[in-house]
Amino acid sequence: MTQYETVIGLEVHLELKTNSKIFCSSSTSFGGKPNTHVCPVCLGLPGVLPVVNKKVVEDAILVALALNCRIAEFSKFDRKNYYYPDMPKNYQISQYDLPIALDGRLEIELDGKLKKIGITRLHMEEDTGKLVHQGTITTTPFSLVDYNRAGVPLLEIVSEPDLRSPEEARIYLEKLKSVIQYTGVSDCRMEEGSLRCDANVSVRQLGKEEFGTKAEIKNMNSFRSLQKALTYEVSRQIEVLEEGGRIVQETRTWDEGQGITLPLRSKEQAHDYRYFPEPDLVPMIIEREWVESVRNRLPELPDARRERYVRNYSLPDYDAGVLTSTKEMADYFEACLDAYPSPKTVSNWIMGDLSRLLNANNLEINDCPVSPVNLASLFKILDEGTISGKIAKVVFEEMFATGKDAGTIVKEKRLVQISDEGSLSAIVEEVIAGNPKSVSDYRSGKDKALGFLVGQVMKATKGKANPELVNKLFKEKILD
Amino acid sequence: MSLYYLTAHELHDLLLKKEISAVEVNEAVFNRIESVEDGVKAYLTLTRDQAMRTAQSVDDMINAGRPIPPLAGIPVAIKDNICTEGVRTTAASKIIYNFIPPYDATVVKKLAGQHIAMTGKTNLDEFAMGSSTENSGFFATHNPWNRDCVPGGSSGGSAAAVAAGEAICAIGSDTGGSIRQPAAFCGVVGIKPTYGAVSRYGLIAFASSLDQIGPFTRDVTDCALMLNAICGHDPLDATSSTYEVQDFRRCLVNDIKGLKIGVPREYMSEGIDAEVRQVIEKTMSLLEMNGARIEETSLPHLGYSLPVYYLIAPAEASSNLARYDGVRYGFRSEGAQDVVDMFMKTRSQGFGAEVKRRIMLGTYVLSAGYYDAYYLKALKVRTLIKEDFNKAFEKFDILLSPTTPSPAFRFGEKTGDPLKMYLSDVFTIAVNLAGIPGLSIPCGFVNGLPVGLQLMGRPFSEGKLLQAAYTFEQNTDHHKKHPEL
Repeated sequence: MTQYETVIGLEVHLELKTNSKIFCSSSTSFGGKPNTHVCPVCLGLPGVLPVVNKKVVEDAILVALALNCRIAEFSKFDRKNYYYPDMPKNYQISQYDLPIALDGRLEIELDGKLKKIGITRLHMEEDTGKLVHQGTITTTPFSLVDYNRAGVPLLEIVSEPDLRSPEEARIYLEKLKSVIQYTGVSDCRMEEGSLRCDANVSVRQLGKEEFGTKAEIKNMNSFRSLQKALTYEVSRQIEVLEEGGRIVQETRTWDEGQGITLPLRSKEQAHDYRYFPEPDLVPMIIEREWVESVRNRLPELPDARRERYVRNYSLPDYDAGVLTSTKEMADYFEACLDAYPSPKTVSNWIMGDLSRLLNANNLEINDCPVSPVNLASLFKILDEGTISGKIAKVVFEEMFATGKDAGTIVKEKRLVQISDEGSLSAIVEEVIAGNPKSVSDYRSGKDKALGFLVGQVMKATKGKANPELVNKLFKEKILD
Repeated sequence: MSLYYLTAHELHDLLLKKEISAVEVNEAVFNRIESVEDGVKAYLTLTRDQAMRTAQSVDDMINAGRPIPPLAGIPVAIKDNICTEGVRTTAASKIIYNFIPPYDATVVKKLAGQHIAMTGKTNLDEFAMGSSTENSGFFATHNPWNRDCVPGGSSGGSAAAVAAGEAICAIGSDTGGSIRQPAAFCGVVGIKPTYGAVSRYGLIAFASSLDQIGPFTRDVTDCALMLNAICGHDPLDATSSTYEVQDFRRCLVNDIKGLKIGVPREYMSEGIDAEVRQVIEKTMSLLEMNGARIEETSLPHLGYSLPVYYLIAPAEASSNLARYDGVRYGFRSEGAQDVVDMFMKTRSQGFGAEVKRRIMLGTYVLSAGYYDAYYLKALKVRTLIKEDFNKAFEKFDILLSPTTPSPAFRFGEKTGDPLKMYLSDVFTIAVNLAGIPGLSIPCGFVNGLPVGLQLMGRPFSEGKLLQAAYTFEQNTDHHKKHPEL
């Protein structure tokens, strides 16, 4: 059987979270009543003119720098012409042949190895409005248009066809999301549409240099559906070729319900966008000093932060990778360290119980009810011996549920560890008296039996007994 | 002399002397409109109540002893492709026959700040595409000097209103001659300022890289006053210049001694009427008598202006006019099957023939496979034309030509042949392509119809053009003549 190689390139659209839109002062906030975040400019009324929001250009430069792009010295906007009712002007102001940034790269990790994925270009454009249908687009008797989103700034980031599998594509997108979140210019929420992704997919016989005919896949609304759609598309294309067919250059849409891609339009039906320079805007000359001042705004990016964690905190590379995967997670980690400078302990808790509870409750680290200072307070009373490690887990769950600090919970629930030898001695003796079999087992060398006996004390004290002390008491009383 | 034929500065003096009131001025103009408008048809919408209210407030200011700006209470007409908040703005197109803008164009705001009294919205060729106002989606405007003739276009309504005493001044827009050509045809002063001198915010776009707003007035002094009111940077228009605006009244000096004037030979040869040539030659001798030094020069690429213009302007128009689709405002065709059908029916029924012709032309030249050959090539030739002007201005202070090759033509004379119609702008178009200022001033008559002299200068040399025009005006009396209506 012929071996095939997959070739994928991604086009990512990113909504910037500037306060105002790209060409007017209307608000960009998500979720307002339809057609309330609009003005004559973003509605494209007769006579209006766009004016570039400087913050958008600055954010574009910031992201471009984070992706190691070359920032153009001369850049301009163009009009992309096509008719669609969600576009107020029936053209989109975008960038065509002179984008703001070119030639970048993003490093991704595949099975422990680093791979550079080229970024062809990054450009700015305006978002469209949204159509609201009754039922589906084909059966609705009419459609309503909401222009709140029209004019929200977008960055389009186009990768080179360097991705060799659907999994690679997903990892690239995840990494891209992480880097962009670090820059703080976008929420990158695929579900809300602030991060959108189209893919160009083709396959070729292994060893061949020439690219196969590609299909463009749209409508993938999560990382999972990206990988699923691409996996489906790759196998579809291979199947077509294996059956002696030819791949048609076309745009296909991912049908999540059916789990297949469906043809949307052929190359012949593709729009002729009639790009031409936007005459209402003057070209931009991007001064190097400006670029450098934006560069100074660039935060430490995930790769650098990860390295620092390994180097300075002696964390395992894997842990450092998890902790730095989002800026919020890493910031949380470091805030904990400020209050409790023991990286390994903090890291274990964050990656363990904290992550488990966040996932179970569908929460992001930013919404975590346990503040870094509170988490540190837990570690402190643990160190002081006020509670046992086992009780700490109980306290933590309570902290997560109520947002209270560890000390308060320990007090309220009377969870203070019993380290008083006198009172524990009595309980230990009761357990020895009630479990002769285990006692003799332990005496004859079966260490396991000790565990059982300690467990009985824990049961009797509702877990509050100091385990080290209980161990010591059993050893003294049985073996001596 | 009737109040409606006075100039703004004359009226201002009378207002200050309290010999007349602003209400009387506006009443005179609206009475004039009532008596002659049926024969001229300059207006699409009249805003009498609004004008009278403004006039009253200006009178109140005067009576309270407060200072008033030079144009306060002056009746000014606005071309109907310039947005006026709460007042219907149609661009003379059926496709937005009912559009009431929720905002004012920047020029309108600026004029309101001067307390002008807006008389109404004037007729034009639909979306400013035309040279005779015959392409209006509603009706044609007549030339006050001869009602069988066109007033020119596209700002025909504004030019005719000023010429007929239906407004003291007016605002128009000029993409390829749409102020200067009707100014010439109607015997008034019109200027297309430097591209970027006046904000385009609120001007319904035809061709964004060429459009510019400018005034129509009865004399050069009023032209200076209007420019003072409307020029200046606007943060809402990214193409508006930050060039510092001077007080143009300072340029009203009767002196052109040593002024170097170039006359491009290309302008004096191509299909120009013999009588028009005579008028221009007479004008040139008068300027020389007053001390100007006139020499022939050449703009070698001038001949390409028309083809270049008819590639660039329709290309931009095809995109600018895409928004008129029946979805959000304006006309929507009934009974469409689906959204594409709605677009097609709305646009087929809503636009007139000339607009459709230009949209098709523009769509074609921007299409894949044709862009380089047409649009890109046109941009390159546009640069050559600009360079021709730059070179000429190394030697000359201003350039001179007839505004049009012939005076106003008759209705229907050119409607059957678009190319013939386009040729009536042959002398004005290059100025828009080069982005430089161009002024048209009455310089004589042929068969009872006015002839216009066009003066062109370097970017932002409006002051120099005003000074030359003022000097010419002080030594002639063409501007004192009025049509009989």
